[in-house]
Amino acid sequence: MTMRLWKIFGGLKLPGFKSMSMTQQTEAAPLPKILTLPLKQHIGHAAETIVNVGDKVLKGQMIAAAKDYVSTPIHASSSGTVIAIEEYAVPHPSGKMTECIVIETDGKDKWIECVKNANFRQLDASALRNLIRDAGIVGLGGAGFPSFIKLNPGPGNMVNTLILNGAECEPYITCDAMLMQEQSRKIIDGLNIMRHALQVERCIIAVEDNKRSAYTMLVNALQEHEAEYIDIVLIPTLYPAGGEKQLIKTLTGKEVPSNGLPINIGIVCHNVATAAAVASAVLEGKPLINRYVTVTGEGVEHPRNLDVLIGTPFSELIELCGKNRKAEQFIMGGPMMGFEISDINIPVIKTTNCILVQSKKTEPDFVMPCIRCGQCASVCPAQLLPQQLYWYARAKNFDKTQDYNLFDCIECGCCTYVCPSHIPLVQYYRFAKTEIWAQEQEKKSSDIARQRHEFRQFRMERKKAENEARKKQKKELLKKVSGTKDNADDAKKAAIEAAMARVKAKREKQSITPANTDNLTEKQKKEIAEVEARRRNAKEEN
Amino acid sequence: MLVTIIAIATLAIIFGLVLGFAAIRFKVEGDPIVDKIDAVLPQTQCGQCTYPGCRPYAEAIANGEAQINQCPPGGEAVINELADLLGVDPLPLNEEHGEHTEKTVVYIDEQICIGCTLCIQACPVDAIAGAAKLMHTVIEDECTGCDLCIPVCPVDCIYIKPVTETINTWKWPLPEINQPTLKDLMELKHHEQEQS
Repeated sequence: MTMRLWKIFGGLKLPGFKSMSMTQQTEAAPLPKILTLPLKQHIGHAAETIVNVGDKVLKGQMIAAAKDYVSTPIHASSSGTVIAIEEYAVPHPSGKMTECIVIETDGKDKWIECVKNANFRQLDASALRNLIRDAGIVGLGGAGFPSFIKLNPGPGNMVNTLILNGAECEPYITCDAMLMQEQSRKIIDGLNIMRHALQVERCIIAVEDNKRSAYTMLVNALQEHEAEYIDIVLIPTLYPAGGEKQLIKTLTGKEVPSNGLPINIGIVCHNVATAAAVASAVLEGKPLINRYVTVTGEGVEHPRNLDVLIGTPFSELIELCGKNRKAEQFIMGGPMMGFEISDINIPVIKTTNCILVQSKKTEPDFVMPCIRCGQCASVCPAQLLPQQLYWYARAKNFDKTQDYNLFDCIECGCCTYVCPSHIPLVQYYRFAKTEIWAQEQEKKSSDIARQRHEFRQFRMERKKAENEARKKQKKELLKKVSGTKDNADDAKKAAIEAAMARVKAKREKQSITPANTDNLTEKQKKEIAEVEARRRNAKEEN
Repeated sequence: MLVTIIAIATLAIIFGLVLGFAAIRFKVEGDPIVDKIDAVLPQTQCGQCTYPGCRPYAEAIANGEAQINQCPPGGEAVINELADLLGVDPLPLNEEHGEHTEKTVVYIDEQICIGCTLCIQACPVDAIAGAAKLMHTVIEDECTGCDLCIPVCPVDCIYIKPVTETINTWKWPLPEINQPTLKDLMELKHHEQEQS
């Protein structure tokens, strides 16, 4: 299939280091003794625990439910007992801890009953989205955005193209490539389900041209009728061709607007691994509890891909691949966009695509002043001005960084890679982004505080006014009853008398019309009369 | 002569009417500068500036009664923003009003609380829930950390705690850069020459 391709701006040709981890078939990693499942493995709100410590859980059982719209549930990756719900270290650049459910596995790996929906074409889009949401599926390419939301075009949006991203452009990472080679049919099944949910005509699977065998396997897996609407396209190997916006530009020539989403131009983009997870969820009823993880780098003897249960500690995988003496630095993700981790006992989460084990650099990387060479601007795939952003971020002039479209930066790291002065440019952008978010958050909470304060003041005023009105009313009433202002005693007496008169009137009224006395039999009436007489006597005696 | 006087008088009346109408039609409610200043202030309503809340302080600044450096919770950031907004030079924070600290919230030791409602009355943002003779509790998300409830508590059961940073509120730090000294550069050059 030949298709016209467009060129993206900038980018880099990087050494791949991919073949080292592709020599062996993917195997399932052994069942770990302890599984640690963080409640927040995705973008959005953390899931909410629905199990207690001591509960027995089965493989695939939901253990934390989605709390909000932008949230997904978490499932037990194997059968066992919940032994703790506490804070543990998780894969995050901050190295901070967050709440996790810890399961001690029983070794039986017993599945919960799975509901299969082989005939997915009979389900409507909303039912499919619910299935995908309940299976806890998030974007497996790295960002971890809940997938069911991306399968909901929303009112007013027409989707005409569904793209499956199999570019995997970052060096070292090969988990998507292996998945495409080994489970190509599953990926296409998943694509069909997504296509049905979105009701789109055209589908494209994009593969970088350094993954020929993955391409061949996908083409072979395609059935004849499917070839009419699915294009499998080889795209030139260039970092970051697999970025969502870059991939869309390469395939369609369209650009996603700044602050916009691909859906705004009628395109939805998913990762190939997400498609495979969707196929498992719908056709087999299995939630997302495992994924392919690449363990690679010079720090391991046998770099390879593993089929890993979510919650398995990094350390077990690294040991399995033969940790050697060069293993000094551990990175989750690739060398360009990944982040260093200090504690290797953290668990694999849904977005863990690669564990890179490297030796530390011995020479110090001196940061020299910016010489305004402009190389960063020429490689920036988002066509930003990295130098300007750098100056303003360093000066904490965040308004200016936004004027230079800081939030269009995809943090690909091309500018840092080419900078001859070794300035950690992307770190400055990340710093500026999180500072801006924090400021916005602060603004929001101070607005709420202002509203609450203003309402409190309004309430106090109202209370005061009400009190005053009541006092005034009382005084007027007293005046009316007493007739004269001077005779306070008379006024009091009159008020007491009036109150007593009111009580008396009320009592009389009660004794005259007791409730529920309609439709009584003669006998009942007689009984009531007797009781009344007794009561009157008792009163008189007192 | 008479024509000139009449013509100018007519013009004066017309313009007067137009201006008078505009003054009523386009009347600005309140003082917009106060709103702008109030938007910059952190809304803790703590009163450390000696005014009974952020808005009164904003009004005082707008009237020129107060300096821009009297807000300890806002600290340097707020002073700089105010200086920008008002076109004046930034001043260092006036230590008389307090020191700038990281944001804190308070919590009530519920074992000790006697349910006197004094703290509820003191809280400027209604962030304490409770009723007479019943235990009170702080709604931490709404607490601004003004600490006004602490002095009024008769049993001293309200404590300050810092807001802990979570994964959601964590911020990337400004990169620490390793700038070479002259000695480092000389060594580097020497090393390169040796290699070539």
